[in-house]
Order: sequence, then C-alpha cells, then structure tokens
Amino acid sequence: MSFVSHTKGERAEMLAAIGVERIEDLFANVPAHARFPTLDLPDAISQMEVGAEMRALAARNTDVDRCISFLGAGVYNHYSPPTVDYVLVRGEFYTSYTPYQPEMSQGMLQAMFEYQTMVSRLTGMEVSNASHYDGATSLAEAVLLALGLGSPRRNKIVISPALHPRFREVVRTYLRGMNATIVGDRQHEIRAQDLSTCVDPETAALVVQWPDFFGQLDDLRDLGAACRKAGALFVVAVDPIALGLFDPPGSYGADIVVADGQCLGLPPSFGGPSLGIFATRKDLVRRLVGRLVGQTVDAQGRRGYVLTLGTREQHIRRAKATSNICTNAALGALAASVYLATLGREGLKGVAELCYHKSHYAAGEIAKLPGIMVSPWAPDKPFFKEFVVRLPRPVAETNEILLRDHNIIGGYDLEQDYPGLANHMLIAVTETATRADIDRLASGLQAVTA
Amino acid sequence: MTGPKREHMEKVVSTAAEEPMRLQDSEPTLYELSVPGRRGLALPALDVPEAPMPAGAVRADNGLPELSELDVVRHYLHLSQRNFGVDSGFYPLGSCTMKYNPKICEEIARLPGFARTHPCEPPEAVPANLVLMHHLQAWLAEIGGFAGVSLQPAAGAQGELTALFMIRAYHADRGELQRDQILIPDSAHGTNPASTTMAGFVAVEVPSDERGNIELAALKSACTNRLAGLMITNPNTLGLLDEHLVEVVRLVHECGGLVYGDGANMNALTGVVRPGEAGIDLMHFNLHKTFATPHGGGGPGSGPLGASGALAGYLPGPIVVEETGAEDQEKPSYSLEMPAKSIGRVSSFFGNFGMMVRAYAYIRLLGAKGLRDSAMHAVLNANYLRVRLKDVFPVPYDRMNMHEFVCQGRIEGSAVRALDISKRLMDYGFHPPTNYFPLIVREALMIEPTETESKPTLDAFIEAIRKIAIEARDNPELVRSAPHHMPVGRLDEVKAARELVLNDPAAPAIGTPLEP
Repeated sequence: MSFVSHTKGERAEMLAAIGVERIEDLFANVPAHARFPTLDLPDAISQMEVGAEMRALAARNTDVDRCISFLGAGVYNHYSPPTVDYVLVRGEFYTSYTPYQPEMSQGMLQAMFEYQTMVSRLTGMEVSNASHYDGATSLAEAVLLALGLGSPRRNKIVISPALHPRFREVVRTYLRGMNATIVGDRQHEIRAQDLSTCVDPETAALVVQWPDFFGQLDDLRDLGAACRKAGALFVVAVDPIALGLFDPPGSYGADIVVADGQCLGLPPSFGGPSLGIFATRKDLVRRLVGRLVGQTVDAQGRRGYVLTLGTREQHIRRAKATSNICTNAALGALAASVYLATLGREGLKGVAELCYHKSHYAAGEIAKLPGIMVSPWAPDKPFFKEFVVRLPRPVAETNEILLRDHNIIGGYDLEQDYPGLANHMLIAVTETATRADIDRLASGLQAVTA
Repeated sequence: MTGPKREHMEKVVSTAAEEPMRLQDSEPTLYELSVPGRRGLALPALDVPEAPMPAGAVRADNGLPELSELDVVRHYLHLSQRNFGVDSGFYPLGSCTMKYNPKICEEIARLPGFARTHPCEPPEAVPANLVLMHHLQAWLAEIGGFAGVSLQPAAGAQGELTALFMIRAYHADRGELQRDQILIPDSAHGTNPASTTMAGFVAVEVPSDERGNIELAALKSACTNRLAGLMITNPNTLGLLDEHLVEVVRLVHECGGLVYGDGANMNALTGVVRPGEAGIDLMHFNLHKTFATPHGGGGPGSGPLGASGALAGYLPGPIVVEETGAEDQEKPSYSLEMPAKSIGRVSSFFGNFGMMVRAYAYIRLLGAKGLRDSAMHAVLNANYLRVRLKDVFPVPYDRMNMHEFVCQGRIEGSAVRALDISKRLMDYGFHPPTNYFPLIVREALMIEPTETESKPTLDAFIEAIRKIAIEARDNPELVRSAPHHMPVGRLDEVKAARELVLNDPAAPAIGTPLEP
C-alpha cells in the first residue's frame, strides 16, 4: 500500500474540482508510448511482513555488538549515551527541513548554533559551519577553498600519505575539474616532519591528519610555521575525541580543521550517514562553504537564530557560489551536539583518557607476543586509540580465524592501501573495550600466530 | 545557579503567576545552563595501568559545557518544541517534498544488524548489507530505466557533481576536451550551476518560453561543439513537464552532448515514466524526497546516481555486483567492485547506507503499484490546490501541473508580499511554501503538498490562504508583521549577517588562532 489517505469519495470530489474524470488524465502530457511502464519490482507486503523480512535479513550480518571489535580506521565503536537517540527520534527535528523559515525552526537553529560553538571550542578555531556530509567531503571542500583563495598559479596541494586513504581518494575525485596537482600522498615513506620541505610558494594547502591514519601523534608546530611562511593554508583532519584531551590544531596554526564526526555518538551504520566537521578562521568566513547559523533579534528584541551569509550559497549565487552544498548532515550535527553536551567537558576528556590508556595497554600486551612487532617504524612515538602491529602472517587470514574461533573482529588490513605494509594490522581500542576484551585479543593473536 | 539560568527561571516563576507558562517561550543555551563541576555521564573506572601522556600536549580545558543528563534532556526537548516538522503539521515547502516518513522505516534502520555494522568488515561478515544494496541498485535502475546505479552520493547536489565528473570523463575518453559548456534552464535549482562550476565547466543559462518549457530556439543556438551536456529537471521547478522533452534530448544528443536529469522531482514520475527510456543519460534520485527518507532538519540525504549503458562504467564506486559463475544458483553471492572507468569515490565508504535501508523498506512496503499511486496522488493534490487557489493568487503558467505549482503571492489592492503571506501562514499552523523560487517568477510561492496529505488538511490550508487574502486587504499590517504566535517574530537577518555572532557569547573564550 501507499501512504495516500484519500477515500474514493474524496478523490472523486478532487478530480471534479480539477475537471478531469480519472486520475490518469492528469498525465496526458506524458507521451502515451512511455506512460505507465510495468515495473519489475517485488510485490508490496505489509509493515508486519517488511519488519520480519528485514529483521531476518539484518540477522545475517555480524554486527559489532555481537563480538568484540577492534576495527577502526575512521569509524569507531564508541559508547553513545541514550540521550542521543532520545533526541534524534523527536519528529519535530528529524522530519523538518533546512530551517529556511527561522520563526518556525528555532529549535534546530539554536541546536546548530550550539553545535558550531562546541566545535569551535573543541578545535580551537573561531568559526564552524553547520556540517558537511562526512569527513572526506569536508576535507575536499577545504582543499577547494584553499585553491580558490590565491592566484591560479598556487595550485599545488601537499597531502600526507598518513592521511586516511579514503579521504585522499575523495579529494582526488573532487579535484577532477580543477587545474591542481597533488603531491606527497603516494610517497609512503614520507614522514610528517619531511612534509614541510614540500611546501613552497605554489602550494595552496598542506593537509595532514592528527592523530594520523596509524594513530600516531606527531608534533605539528613546525608544519604550521612552514605553511605560514609559504602562504599556504594548513589543513588538519582530526579525531574529535582526541581533542577532548589534547591541544587543538587552532593552538598550533591550523587554518582549517576538518573531521569525521561519526565518533561523536553516531552508529557506524556501514559507513554512513556520518557527519563532516569543518572549522576555520574568522577571516575566511566568507569563503566558508555550507550552512552557517547566526544569532540575532526580532522586532521586540527577543533573541533568535537564522541561517546567515546566504550570499555565499548556491541558491543565491548559483554558478558563483562557494560550493553546491544544499543538504548537509544536520541530524548528525544534532547527534554530535547531544553527545558532547551529555559528556561535557570532563566526560569527553575521560573518554579520551580511557581510549589512550586502554590502547597503550593493548599495545603493551601484544608487544609481549613472539613474532609480533608493535609500531614497527616508530616504536617510541606516542599514539592515540589506534596502533599498528606487524604479524607473521596475512591480516585477512588472521582476522578470519579471530572471528571464527574467538568471536573477535580484528583490525584493519593496511596492505589494502599501502602495498608495502603486507601483514600490518591497524588496531583500534576505544573506551568500550574492557581489560578482559583486550586480553582476549592478545590471546587470540597468540593462538593465530603461534 | 549562574546568571542567565537564574534569570530564566525567575522569569518562568514570575510569569507563571500571571499567565500559564508557554513551554516554547525561550530556552537558554547549553553554555548558559552550564555549571562548573556538573556531570552528565559516569564512565567506567580505568581497568588498565595508566600510560604516560606525551609531554606538553594535554590541554587545560576543552571548552565544552557541563550539564546533568536531565539538563540535557530538557534542553533538547524544549528545543524540539520550538521546531516544526512533517510530524507537526502540513509542510508544503515546494521542491523539498516534505512527505510523511513512515515509522517502520526508522525502526528498521536502527536494527543493530544494519546500524552497527562497520564499513571495513570483510564482505562475508556483512552479506545482508550487500544484498540490500544490490537490490536497491537494481530497483532504482528499474524505476529510472538505467543500466547501472551507484549508491555513493550522499545528497542530490553530490549526485549532480558526480554526474558532471562522469560527463567530463566521457568526453575526455573521446578526445573531446573542448566540450566545456553545460546548459542549464533558468528555472533550475541553484545547485545545478554551482555543481557545474565545481566540476570545472562553464554554466550557460537557457531561457524558458511562455509555457515554462525550455526555449527551443535558444537551445539550438547553444548546441555547438563546446556543448558537454544539458542539466534538466523534469518536471521542472515550476512543476511542469517540458512539452518538448523528446526534441530537447534529440537536439543535445545530435550535437554530441549528454543529458543529465536532476531527479529532484522524480517523486512525480515514479511508475509514470522512466527517464532513461526518454533518453536521459544520467540522473540522481533523492532518497529523501522520492523514497520518503526523512530530511533530518537539512540532512542526511542520499543521492544515488543512475546511468545509461554508455556511462555506467564511469559511475563512482564501489558498487555491489552479483558474482557470476556461482555454483549454488539458489544463493547468489555479491561483491564490491569499482566500475571499469570509475571516476572514483565521492564518499569515504558506500554512501549513506542508513538512508538506503529506509528506502529499501519503503519500496518493499509500496511495491510498483504503491509507488505509482504515490506519484499520481502527489500530482492530484497539487492540481487540486492550484485550481482551488488560482482565484486568490495569479498562476503564471496555468496548465496541468505535476507534483507542485508556482503562484504569485500578491493580492490586488494590497501591498503584502509573498513573504508576508508565508509568515502569516505560520500563525494558522502551516509551514510556508518555498518563497522567491524559481527566480523566473516574481513573488513566487512554490507549493508542494505531497501525496500523504489528506483532503481535510488541503481544505484547511485553502481556507487559511483565503482568510489571509481577506486580511491582506482589510488589515494588511496584521499580515506584514506576522508571525504573531511563534516563539519569535520576524528576525533581523541584516543584523545577523553584519554582526556575525556565530558562537555563543556565553561559552568560554578560546585562544585566538595564530595570525596568518
């Protein structure tokens, strides 16, 4: 069935008002030979049956709740307090549209304003927009902003090879229409400190990730300084959870901070929908892409919120807009806001501390196993939440056995993106892993590699 | 209790004595509600030894507010009461398709088997996701008449941009790099020209004729060897089917160009006509319009892209393919693959999977007949509103419309404008139509009722419009100063843009970023 509620009588009255006999007559403009094709789709079934069918379908998957998962690589299994979904199921929020009519949309607008504020505080930047689709598209927009800023000759983008491989791929797609070159991202041996030597007067932006894709915490101060010297934008992709504890990129010279916000209370959901975080300096605000919410007043002086600086956007500027963004990830931003508000200052710091200590404990336990090397190319470098281990056998094989015999979803196989890193696994440990879980991973790895 | 919160509570208490408290009146910000030392969530005790922290990297304050769980719950509940969705009432926002979002689809999307799967799990661990995506790809291809579908794009605008990258790659492969122009009708959504620029093309506007069709003479003169493609929304943003579509497609194809269909209005055509059969080479679907996934206050959406046989190889990936040569024919197996000439990824993983689950459930509920019924009733409802309102508001293109129509919000003998009428509608409990779009109609009110609204709702809306028309003549100030019954009155947008307060002043200061 459909969700049309008209009775036969109502439909007849409406058709009479229009002056046609049958509802099909409304489509007289459609060429007859192409009209009303027979669609080969499965027959409709009732809600009850759809529910049963899809529960049975979902049951064929191995979800992260049915096992212990150490899979991260950009999508994390963090605890999401029930307040988040309590707010997300409010129909006033999730069945609304972009708040073009502010008087009727103050709730969402205020929530977005508060989101912008929390993101700016967390990243140490002056301005945040109201979201992008995901972290990768936030970064692509940041790179486009940098390319649009300077002279056409400034067309080089330096990208760290330790930036999330999917982020790098999306940036490459987005630059298809641009006269720009990407440097660095495929030179896997480059280390963060070497990147500053790639930055020159033709560089529009330097892009790094912190913690990097392998979980490592580099000191980025020199990179920020090198960018300022060369007149390039310094773009940092972050893990927002890490910023609960560590200095924000705004404190060491970042011009744009982007992040994937899935870790802030959103389910992994097979990779989407997520939330793209984007924050920058105030002097770049007119170049900023995406929705912005500003505070103002009504005629009586009552405080209210509106979408602002619409003159940057496609619905006004059309071909001259800073971006084509229309839909964003407002509901994801709402989820992240409720998450951040519930955890608060001490809570987010606490989650970050748990991730830090537990991942170090896991690294320490795994380092004791014969034949396995932890953080093989930088054993003494600090890391956050994720670390690399080199196994004596292929990662895919290892993971297959971990899942089958130990009910553990193992780490990410780095060889997929780095051909030189065969047998290297990226392991993520969040606050949701108990000491017993970590010990089971260590004993599972011992059994698999023995 | 800190200042603003105490003031707020005092106000609540003092006004309660005189008049019943209106829940929606005002709500402090999170930072105004924040009290140092308040906690909203207890975490498990650390059960492993502490590791030393890296020197000099730990921040003193992360700048987040401090609230109790109950503070947070009440805050967001109050904010929801200051917001209006389809679940609250009629939302005829033209071009946005604010139809009912079935609750069963929400329930299914939250099943842990879907919501709590990780995109990097091996495909064998998530077979249901691959089955679901493969079926959805196939169903969308069937509905649209396309050879291939990619579910990667996260929204309609990203679907457009992706399609333009494909058009560029297609011409490049044929050695026709001089094709740098994209034709866009003047009635198009702003995303079309914006995407065109982002993809490195030049946007060339084509005027509409007096019946709202693309002007054929202008189209002909734009068909040169620089033509890369045409973006066409059909029905267009006037809610009208282009009467010369066959001719338009033929002209562009003969000139070597491609036709991109903006599928934003596919909700009027599902089961009515297949765009692929009409010669459309590429088209995105808005799952959040046509297939009833919620708009979420502005997102997430989902913008799967359909392509003809000649272009399917360029689709973004990975997409799900059925394994050929499987021994057990009863149970086909599926894998993820990049199309042969793919333009790459536009999303970190597979697109907005959670939206795909909802759309899949929706298509299962409705089937082919239910989908066509929905399209037909969307058109019925819109035409009913047009004929019942055209004696109140001028309808510049007065012919049979599809799922929406555009009228002019002006009233003979009154100075009220379309925006005033929109604001006054709020006082009657309706969300306003889209204002001042499309740009080719002055004082445009773009009305899209959708198929899920009942006749009594439509009649009540007509009644409200008629009352407002009378008010506009008899008491124009009442309309021009509306809304009167919302939590705030008309907001000063000029002040917002000039003074740019983008962060809550009650939040603690941040260190200013280093100067460039």
